[in-house]
Amino acid sequence: MRWRRHTRHLTGFLVVLPSIALVGVFVYGFIGRTLWASLTDWGKDPSQALAISPITHFVGLDNYRELFTGIIDGRFRQDLVSTVYFTLFFIAGCLLLGLVLAILIDHKPRAEGFFRGLFLFPFALSFVVTGTIWRWLLQPGGGVNQLPTLVGLPPGGFGWLTSRTQVFRFDWNHLPVIAGVLVAVALAAVAAVAQRARNRRRAVAAAAATVAVVAWTVGAAPDIQPLPFPEVHGFNLAFLGILVAAVWQMAGYTMALYLAGLTGISEELREAAVVEGATGFQVYTRIILPLLAPITLSAMIILGHISLKIFDLVFAMAGPDNARTDVPALLMFITSFRGNQFAKGAAIGVVLLLMVALIVVPYLRSQLREGAQE
Amino acid sequence: MTGPIGSAGRWRWLMYLALCLAASFFLMPVYMMVVTALKDPSEISLDTAWRLPTVWNWATFPAAWEAFVPKLQNSFVLTISASAASAIIGSLNGYVFAKWPFPGSRIVFALILFGMFIPYQSILIPLFGFIRSIGLYGSIWGLVVVHTVYGIPITTLIFRNYYVGIPDSLVEASSLEGAGFFAIYRHVVFPLSLPGFVVVVIWQFTQIWNEFLFAVSLSNPASQPITVALAQLAGGEAVRWNLPMAGALLAAVPTLVVYVVFGRYFVRGLLAGSVKG
Amino acid sequence: MKRLGSFVLAAAFASLLAAAPARAQEKLEIFSWWAGDEGPALKALIDLYAKQNPSIEVINSTVTGGSGVNARAVLKTRMLGGDPPDSFQVHAGQELIGTYVAANRMEDLTSLFKSEGWTKQFPPGLISLLSAKGGIWSVPVNIHRSNVMWYVPENLKKWGVTPPKTWDEFLATCQTLKGKGVQNPLALGENWTGIHLWESVALGVLGPEGWSGLWKGTLKMDDPKAEKVWETFGKVLDCANPDASGLSWQQATDRMLKGDAAFNIMGDWAAGYMATTLKLTPGEGFAWAPSPGTGGTFMMLSDSFGLPKGAKHREAALKWLRLLGSKDGQDAFNPLKGSIAARLDSDLTKYNAYLQSAAKDWKSNKVVGSLAHGAVAPESFSSQFGTVMEIYLAGKSPKAAASAARAIADQVGLGK
Repeated sequence: MRWRRHTRHLTGFLVVLPSIALVGVFVYGFIGRTLWASLTDWGKDPSQALAISPITHFVGLDNYRELFTGIIDGRFRQDLVSTVYFTLFFIAGCLLLGLVLAILIDHKPRAEGFFRGLFLFPFALSFVVTGTIWRWLLQPGGGVNQLPTLVGLPPGGFGWLTSRTQVFRFDWNHLPVIAGVLVAVALAAVAAVAQRARNRRRAVAAAAATVAVVAWTVGAAPDIQPLPFPEVHGFNLAFLGILVAAVWQMAGYTMALYLAGLTGISEELREAAVVEGATGFQVYTRIILPLLAPITLSAMIILGHISLKIFDLVFAMAGPDNARTDVPALLMFITSFRGNQFAKGAAIGVVLLLMVALIVVPYLRSQLREGAQE
Repeated sequence: MTGPIGSAGRWRWLMYLALCLAASFFLMPVYMMVVTALKDPSEISLDTAWRLPTVWNWATFPAAWEAFVPKLQNSFVLTISASAASAIIGSLNGYVFAKWPFPGSRIVFALILFGMFIPYQSILIPLFGFIRSIGLYGSIWGLVVVHTVYGIPITTLIFRNYYVGIPDSLVEASSLEGAGFFAIYRHVVFPLSLPGFVVVVIWQFTQIWNEFLFAVSLSNPASQPITVALAQLAGGEAVRWNLPMAGALLAAVPTLVVYVVFGRYFVRGLLAGSVKG
Repeated sequence: MKRLGSFVLAAAFASLLAAAPARAQEKLEIFSWWAGDEGPALKALIDLYAKQNPSIEVINSTVTGGSGVNARAVLKTRMLGGDPPDSFQVHAGQELIGTYVAANRMEDLTSLFKSEGWTKQFPPGLISLLSAKGGIWSVPVNIHRSNVMWYVPENLKKWGVTPPKTWDEFLATCQTLKGKGVQNPLALGENWTGIHLWESVALGVLGPEGWSGLWKGTLKMDDPKAEKVWETFGKVLDCANPDASGLSWQQATDRMLKGDAAFNIMGDWAAGYMATTLKLTPGEGFAWAPSPGTGGTFMMLSDSFGLPKGAKHREAALKWLRLLGSKDGQDAFNPLKGSIAARLDSDLTKYNAYLQSAAKDWKSNKVVGSLAHGAVAPESFSSQFGTVMEIYLAGKSPKAAASAARAIADQVGLGK
């Protein structure tokens, strides 16, 4: 019997082996090579950049140092800030609109199927198609800005993809302090949650870490000067155009997720709540929304990783030369294929990967641990 | 039907109003696309964008069609080949992870799954070098290989979740009768897999048809899929917008048809992508 | 019976083999960014080539996007991928030399130049721009001028102003025009057109020696003189339309023609746009002057074609290059394109009024190279110059912009 089990194991393994090999090479192997390339100077020397077999030198973390603290790469830093802001607003927008649409559909209007199909269809489109259409709509003096004229008002003047206004601004040199504050707040929240769950060890550890981080933020952080000049970054309002198009495309996806969750909440549960005196509104806020929390989390992770690596939509809507709507994924492409700076492009790729891994890996781990416990 | 709006029909009109507002938001770009595609280039200007065309310029579509037919062909060859290949591999993998686990298979599964999330910019440069070194740069088959490999994680996930729903007793029974791995697959699992295949192929069809980054990096003008052709058409200057709009319509039609006809399966694929363990 | 059958089969097979070479047609793939308005000029050249070589099928691959911003990236991936087009359009000068010649990917065309006698037909200044490492690397088809200021004479008369001769005069005229209700006297377009404007300002502020010094490395980018360029540039931008980044260069020129702006600084391909596409008469529908402060200097750029190593149809490509450098080819192409021929012996009667004046300037003026169009700086610098521009536009600090430019220049080894 044990022999039988061994053959079972072996067979399964062998069948999956080709996929392991392919994914091993194409995902992990290539990530490794990108990582290695980012530690060289490939691209700095024009005679080697495009050569058939380029000669490169190991330079350690130089590329990363330049990206985060070198004067020339201000565009990268703005892209990083832009993408963080964009991700936050994109997730919020999709969750909100998706939830509203799901709740509306949940009320079983007439032509429910039509509405559901309509709200989801943009998801079937390519980002390039979406980007092309919305680019035309959002031209200065174009479609959306002309909408008010249909009701007799003067046309809008907002530069959807071209605005130079920035909000929520901060100086890159203050980043250590800002980071310290954010980390301290997060740790304090962990400590509070652990305390409430009576997990003393974790609560104490988190509290101690909070104190340490606060001490560092107050003491050491203000003296760290990443850049010689003040460099202000913020949320470019030009991203609003991209946000509108992106939410238009993805809100239906969130809606479908929520609808699946809503149909999973049995009718009896709702009836029981009504019987106990809950108003319609309370049924939603006290029972249904909390039950939808895992879906919200799932959606946040998926939307987050899509938005961090967004490329097609920005390329189609604003082109590779519109610095106000630039994102790291696009910058990586231009740096490598236009500027011939392959090592720096690889470094940007690695930073992108780390950002995505930061939200995806914990999620994958928790999902699979859950799966194991079942 | 209880809800914030309640079963009282009084507020139901509010719900319909909200639905109609949302519907117009979602339909507005479609209206714009169709109307602009049908306008004569001289009529397309920013201030008259919303008006219906005075002369219906149907000629845009033959022009766009002519420009796009070879690219459409490329897209079809690419999408169908890569979807089929990644679906078959995914089915076998899913079968293993669901019914024939081995020590460490959960970790292997997670490692494969991670490949679904990586930003492709982090592997683009080595991938480019690799495809070039095996001589497939500029060929549609290079793209087929790439999409097949990077499609393995999601197809494996969908099939694995689907096969988990097949009762173990069915597999056990066959196994006790002496059937091996492939026999069980052929006689038990595969016949039950049709919905799974539909979901996977539809999902992959949509993803691969719509993909842009690999397409723009690894193709040359002869082997370009349609997304690249559209981006280049619309990315120029002094753009005559009727052509890109018609092109966008043509590029969107295949996936929209799939969506409309196979909507149910499409949604299933979408839900499966949320890694519900 | 059997023997007859096999004989027939053999005969059929043989005829198939014999037919095959006749069916195989030689091809030529040329790659350019001459789509849209510049298309007719290229088509004239292709038609001429087809007449001379009826058995060769010409594949015209174009990627739209002014000044080749998009085409260059597409070309890059193809070159890297080992699938080069047979011949491709590239700006003469550092854009080609610093990128592909330095990486040893182009064929040396010196022997072609000698056999066609081109070393005597092109001005020596141009040939030196095309040369590096002992070889000549591309065949110039045309010459364009970058530092041109366009205006509509009627409109200027209406407003009572004349084309300014220095940047200070320009700023004064700008104020006058604003007073007359012209809110944005200078029409500007997106991205690269901003760099195009910058180089006219720089040439006007630094003069031809200073300008060349920047690229030779004798004048540093953060020198106070260079910083002053940014100061002036900022004042000039105040005269431009704020929605510039949404406009293509043609749309900016349209603004000037419509009367929403008074001046438009653009290369003389605008003349081709206005004369050929819009059918305006040079001198009446539009007029020109050198950009303020740059009278007497011809800031040139040249479209040229090279021969990459590993081209699939080398012979067809060489025939193309021979046509490009010939008098007939250049005189068929340039009048439609709105540029002047690189050759000194072109038939000027075929050219319109603007081009004749430009040709005269070409022979008499001081010649310097353009930055925005790849003559004086390699791609590693010019592709990052956009960042410098962004740094300036974001903070309006000449010092920050100058320092950034200096940092990039040092990084790429400009002038070495």
